[in-house]
Amino acid sequence: MSQGLLSDAFLISLIAGAVAAGVPLLLAGLGEQVSEKAGVLNIGIEGMMLFGAYAGFATAFGTNSLWLGFLAGAAAGLVMAMLMALFCVRLGLNQIVIGIALTLGADGITALLHHVQFSRTYPRLPRVETLDIPGLSEIPIIGPSLFARHPMVYIAVFLVLVLAYLFRNTHVGLNLQAAGDKPDALDAAGISVTATRTWSVLFTGVMAGMGGAYMAMIGAGIFVPFMTGGAGFIAIVLAMLARGRPIWVLIGAFLFGASLSLTTALQVGGVNVPTDVVQMLPFLMVMIVLVLFARRASLPAALGLPYVRGQR
Amino acid sequence: MTHAPTAHEERLAPGATALRHWAMPIAAALLPIVLALGVGALILLVLGADPGAFYYHIVRRGLLSWIGLQDTITRCAPLLLLGASLIVAFRAGLWNLGVDGQFLLAAVISAALAPALVTVLPVWLVLPLVMVVAMAVGAVWSLLPALLKAYYGVNEIVTTLMMSFLGISAANVLIKLPFDDPTTTVPQTETLATDDRLPRLFGSTINVGVIVSLAVILFIHWLMTRTSFGLRLRLVGANPRAAVHVGLPLGALMVAVFALSAGLAGLAGSVEILGVWGNVRADWNPAYGLMIIPLVFLARFNGIAVIGFVFFFAVLSIGGETASRKAGLPNYFILVLVALMLIFLALTEWLGQRRQMAARD
Repeated sequence: MSQGLLSDAFLISLIAGAVAAGVPLLLAGLGEQVSEKAGVLNIGIEGMMLFGAYAGFATAFGTNSLWLGFLAGAAAGLVMAMLMALFCVRLGLNQIVIGIALTLGADGITALLHHVQFSRTYPRLPRVETLDIPGLSEIPIIGPSLFARHPMVYIAVFLVLVLAYLFRNTHVGLNLQAAGDKPDALDAAGISVTATRTWSVLFTGVMAGMGGAYMAMIGAGIFVPFMTGGAGFIAIVLAMLARGRPIWVLIGAFLFGASLSLTTALQVGGVNVPTDVVQMLPFLMVMIVLVLFARRASLPAALGLPYVRGQR
Repeated sequence: MTHAPTAHEERLAPGATALRHWAMPIAAALLPIVLALGVGALILLVLGADPGAFYYHIVRRGLLSWIGLQDTITRCAPLLLLGASLIVAFRAGLWNLGVDGQFLLAAVISAALAPALVTVLPVWLVLPLVMVVAMAVGAVWSLLPALLKAYYGVNEIVTTLMMSFLGISAANVLIKLPFDDPTTTVPQTETLATDDRLPRLFGSTINVGVIVSLAVILFIHWLMTRTSFGLRLRLVGANPRAAVHVGLPLGALMVAVFALSAGLAGLAGSVEILGVWGNVRADWNPAYGLMIIPLVFLARFNGIAVIGFVFFFAVLSIGGETASRKAGLPNYFILVLVALMLIFLALTEWLGQRRQMAARD
C-alpha cells in the first residue's frame, strides 16, 4: 500500500466517482420519489434509464451536443413513461408486470440497436467540458471533484431544492401525497387522481431518462448493452428509504455512488479487491440499511394499486 | 357480446357452450402471443431481417429437428421448476423477483459439491443429496427478504431484487476464489463427469430432470389448488387481514412461501448443472427468472398451462439462438418478444375484464 488509503489520489478518485455514479441515481431517485408519492411503483424505471442512456449517447454521438443528448434521453424516458402511464394509470393494469415488460423491452431493443449501430466500432464520446465554479473549485481534494463538473450535476442538486419546496410548500406537493395515501380524498376534493398520477409518471420518465443519459454520456462516455445494471432498482430503494424527502435521496445517491465507484478508487489507492466483491457493495448496503431501518422505510398506502373511482 | 348461456341455449347446443368454456381462455392466452409475434415481425423488418425466415428457423431448429427438439425438452426442466417456484409465490401474493440469484447460487453450490461428493459416495445418493442442498441454499437466500416482509412489512419486490444481484455476484466470487478449478484457464468450477450426471432417457440427450420438473410442477399445482395448506398460502395473498382473523400465523406462512418458492428456484439451478452443464463458468447467468415471470402470468398461475407456455418459450429460446445467428442479430430479440407478449397479455386481460363488466351491467 504505497499510496495509502487516505492519500489525495484515493480521495479525489472516490469523491469524483461518487458524483459520476451518484448523479444518475439522484435524477432517477428523485423521479421515482415523485411517482411513489403519487402511488405508482415504477419498476420500469430501469428500462427508462437504459433507453435514456441509449438515446442520450446516440444523439450526443451524432450531434456532438451533450445538451441535445440530455433532451433525447429525457424524450426516450418520456416515451417509456407514456406507455407506463397509459397501461398502469389509465387502464389500471398490473404495475409490476408492465414494469418488468418495459425493462425487458428496453434491454432487448437497446441491445439490438447497439448491435446494429455501434458493435463494430464501440465509439466513445470525448471528455466532457466542465463548468468550474470560481473559488470553490480551487479547494484541494474536494474542489476538483465537486465543483468542476458538467453543469448537469449542479442542475440535479438544484432540483433537490426545487422538489423539496414543491413537496412542502405547494398544492402540487399535497396533491401528489394525497394521490398516494388517500386517492379517494383527492378525488373528493375535485382533483383528478388519474391526471395527478399520469403527470408524476411522466415526470419520472423524464428524470430517469436524463439520469440514464448522464450515465452513458458523462459517467461512462460509451453505451454498452445492459449498462444500467440495476441502478434503476437502487433508485427505487433510495426513494423508498428517503420517505418522501428529496434531501435524503441526494445523500443516499452519493453514498451509493461512492460504493459503486469504490473499485476504481481502491485501485488508485493501491488496493486490489476482486471486482465481484466490490460490485456487491451497493446492494449489500441497501440490505443493511433496510435491516437497520426496516421499520422506518415507509411507502404510501395506495402504492401499486390502480385507482378506480368509487371502488373500495 | 358474451352473456351467460340461458337454459334454452344450453339445451340447443351443449357442445357449443363447452367449446366456449375451453376456447375462450385458450384464445385469450394465445392472442397476446400472436400480437407479439406480429409486432416483433415489424421490428425485425426495421432491423433489416426477414421475419418469415426468422420465425421459420425458430420452428425448424427448436421443434422440427431431433437434435433441436431434445435441446428444447432439456431446456424445459429448469424453466418448469422456476415456473413452479413463481406459482407458489404469486398465488400467495408475494413477489419473489429474486429467483435468478437463488438459481445461480444453488447452481454454483451444486457444481462445487457434486464432483467432490462422487469421490466418496455412490452417484445415486449424491445426485438427490446435492439437489436437497441446492434447495436449502435457495431457501436460505430468501430468508432475509422473507423475514423483513413478514415482520417489518418491507416491500419484498425490492429486497428480493437486491438479494438477486447479491447472489449473482456472490456466485461469481465463489467460482473465482474457493471453487475455482486450478486445471482450467478460465475461472470455472470442477466438472462433473458425464457418467455421473443425471441419467439420460432412452439414449437421447434428454435427462431425467425433465421428468422431475414435470412431477414437481404438477405437485405444486395440486398443492396450491387442492389442499388446505395451499388454501392457507393463497389466503396470505388474497386477504392477509382475514388470514390473521381466522388465526393463521401470517409471518410463518410468508416465510414458508418464500422458502418453498426459493427452494424450487434452487432446485432449478441444480437440475440445470447436474443434468446439462456439469460445471459453472464465471459470469454464466442465463437469467431465466425475469423471462418466466410473464409466462406464469400468461398461464394465470395455472401449473398445467405453465407447462404449455414453458414448452413454447423453450422452442423460442433454442430456435431463437439459431434464427438470430442466421439473421446476423444478437440473441436479444427474444427479450423484445417477451416484453411485447407481456404488454399484450395485460391488454387482453383488461379487455376481458371490461367485457365481463359490460356483460354484468
